[in-house]
Amino acid sequence: MSTPPTPLWEVFIRSRNGLAHRHVGSVHAADATLALHAARDVYTRRGEGLSIWVVPSAAITASDPAERDMLFEPTASKIYRHPTFYEVPDEVGHM
Amino acid sequence: MYSQGLNTAEPDSVPDGERAVRFQARIDAEEKIEPNDWMPEAYRRTLVRQISQHAHSEVVGMLPEGNWITRAPSLRRKAALLAKVQDEGGHGLYLYAAAETLGVSREELVDQLLAGKAKYSSIFNYPTLSWADIGAIGWLVDGAAIMNQIPLCRCSFGPYARAMIRVCKEESFHQRQGYEIMLTLCRGTAAQKAMAQDALDRWWWPCLMMFGPPDSQSLHSDTSMKWKIKRFSNDGLRQKFIDATVPQGHFIGLSFPDPELRQDPATGHWEHGPIDWDEFRRVVAGGGFTAQDRLEARRAAHAEGDWVRAAAAAHAAKRAARRNAA
Repeated sequence: MSTPPTPLWEVFIRSRNGLAHRHVGSVHAADATLALHAARDVYTRRGEGLSIWVVPSAAITASDPAERDMLFEPTASKIYRHPTFYEVPDEVGHM
Repeated sequence: MYSQGLNTAEPDSVPDGERAVRFQARIDAEEKIEPNDWMPEAYRRTLVRQISQHAHSEVVGMLPEGNWITRAPSLRRKAALLAKVQDEGGHGLYLYAAAETLGVSREELVDQLLAGKAKYSSIFNYPTLSWADIGAIGWLVDGAAIMNQIPLCRCSFGPYARAMIRVCKEESFHQRQGYEIMLTLCRGTAAQKAMAQDALDRWWWPCLMMFGPPDSQSLHSDTSMKWKIKRFSNDGLRQKFIDATVPQGHFIGLSFPDPELRQDPATGHWEHGPIDWDEFRRVVAGGGFTAQDRLEARRAAHAEGDWVRAAAAAHAAKRAARRNAA
């Protein structure tokens, strides 16, 4: 007999206040409450976090890696978006 | 806890043309490959097999140590062993999750293990006969696993590398608690020291086998190297393990069950006698009583959890139906 599938959840943990929640991995669970329990057991055995988010994996929309160049290459050519593009004489000091 | 050189790469025989050339160029440039990126089918299959074998090993690896939780000699040892076995379960879960990013389901992988179709590390097909075996496993089996797993933190496949970083961070406590058990036994009565020596005598050779067949017999290892799934050869890692471990054993007054073990004064390396690879093949193939026992224990645990999974699914369905009705 094959095992019936259990939904997949993505786990995000805030390691301490002042930091954003960060993706740490995933767990399988029947519902959100059990997903939180599983995430606590699997990803916070050594004080890794103060807060956990779980999100159904199916709810995530991701960009297509094949479109990476189209999406992100244009930012590389816009060097005038970076502070180092502009010239400030040394005498002016730190700016 | 573990990973082992029974993982062999698929031969990269099917030419994938231009995409494959670009893929290899990314690997050569030390770029990580992520799940949705294009990858050769052989790369995907190799990783699914290696990561799932690794995950199965973590889960089956809970059994030999779980055997001693209720008989640990003190509360301190019992708490440590419980935490260690729980870590092994966690490592299995990180690894299953990494394998799933390649398009296999958790349930498929679990069913393969329960059906006896999947391999796991041969080391867990040996029985834990005395409390000293718990010391030997932590010190030697986890020690060998660390040697194997540290290079995997730099593996070309992102999710596997990230899982291994978490595993390696947790692994160090496992090895230290094992060595402490051996140290305590060696400083105890003559009978306790003899128990530690007996454990080393039984676990030493199987631990050397954990690194997999010698480089001269290892199939497709070069493909794994080319893809940067593997970074060091089996023999290279084995040598590193021996060099690190032999002085630790001598320090606590134990001797190794290898009459040919000697330090080369020129290189400083410890040279070992021949390894019985026939035994390795027999144990990996699931020969012996313990292998059967391990699978039966996994099957029983899975079957006993059946009603829990069914109840959780029914509860979730009922709540979802109520939400939809409201």
